[in-house]
Amino acid sequence: MPRLSQIMLRTALVWIAVGYTFGALVLYNKGVPFWPWLWLLRSAHVHLLLVGWLVQFAAGMAFWILPRLDPHGSRGNERLVWASYILLNSGVILAALHDPLAAAAPALTSLMIAAAGVCYMLAALTFALHAWRRVVSFRTFPR
Amino acid sequence: MHTQARVFIRTALVYLVVAFMVGGLYLLNQGLNLSDKIGALLYPYYHLLMVGWVTQLICGVAMWMFPPLTRERPRGDERLGWFVYAALNLGLLLRVIGEPLQAWYGGWGWMLAASAILQVLAIWVFVIAIWPRVKGKPIFKPKTTPSEVK
Repeated sequence: MPRLSQIMLRTALVWIAVGYTFGALVLYNKGVPFWPWLWLLRSAHVHLLLVGWLVQFAAGMAFWILPRLDPHGSRGNERLVWASYILLNSGVILAALHDPLAAAAPALTSLMIAAAGVCYMLAALTFALHAWRRVVSFRTFPR
Repeated sequence: MHTQARVFIRTALVYLVVAFMVGGLYLLNQGLNLSDKIGALLYPYYHLLMVGWVTQLICGVAMWMFPPLTRERPRGDERLGWFVYAALNLGLLLRVIGEPLQAWYGGWGWMLAASAILQVLAIWVFVIAIWPRVKGKPIFKPKTTPSEVK
């Protein structure tokens, strides 16, 4: 497993642990109410699990197992995937912080959620640009 | 594919079918207005799909195809995997049953609280179990040394 996939998968594992923790707090509070503020974690729960966990896990796996580009095992332009990794996780953090901070700083959080949207768009674009060339039919390289 | 991965993936397939049945019923109700009670199935539907199908499928496939931990114990302590399976599924079932009951009649909140604890424990244990297997290509030491071969 390449280093970059290890980093993406481990980050995804961190987000699933945090996302489920938030989800559990929201669900527990739904069944046995003890702190109404916890409902504000619901949106963070969704962003952490759908983007931070699912999308990042799929991207990390794809970077690992998609066909290589040449007999030396090159995976192509890794800088695009690094950019995607940084943008995706920046987006996750910004989106997750939005609801809990919205009441305290509404102007700032409007900018944060807009920035999260831009991060998500660029993350998807950079990853797709990297992966496109690696989606090919089976082939064997001369040894 | 080892037994544990097969159990995870087959259970995930069952949830896929059940989730779409529940989701289909929800859509039927949106179109035909069968019963006001069916609206309470929306969150159970989301979680049957995302926890029961997607997350469980990923857990099963990761346990199957991630690099082995060691030659002697390629999947580490399999008891952790069985704990994840039991806690995740019991937690999900408690939610899927408890959430509509709570919405319709009240008094079933304890099922949601128990479900929350079971599901979060399942995921923490999954992360602990799979973390050491997120690594590069394993380089196992040969069992015999070159001098022994001679």
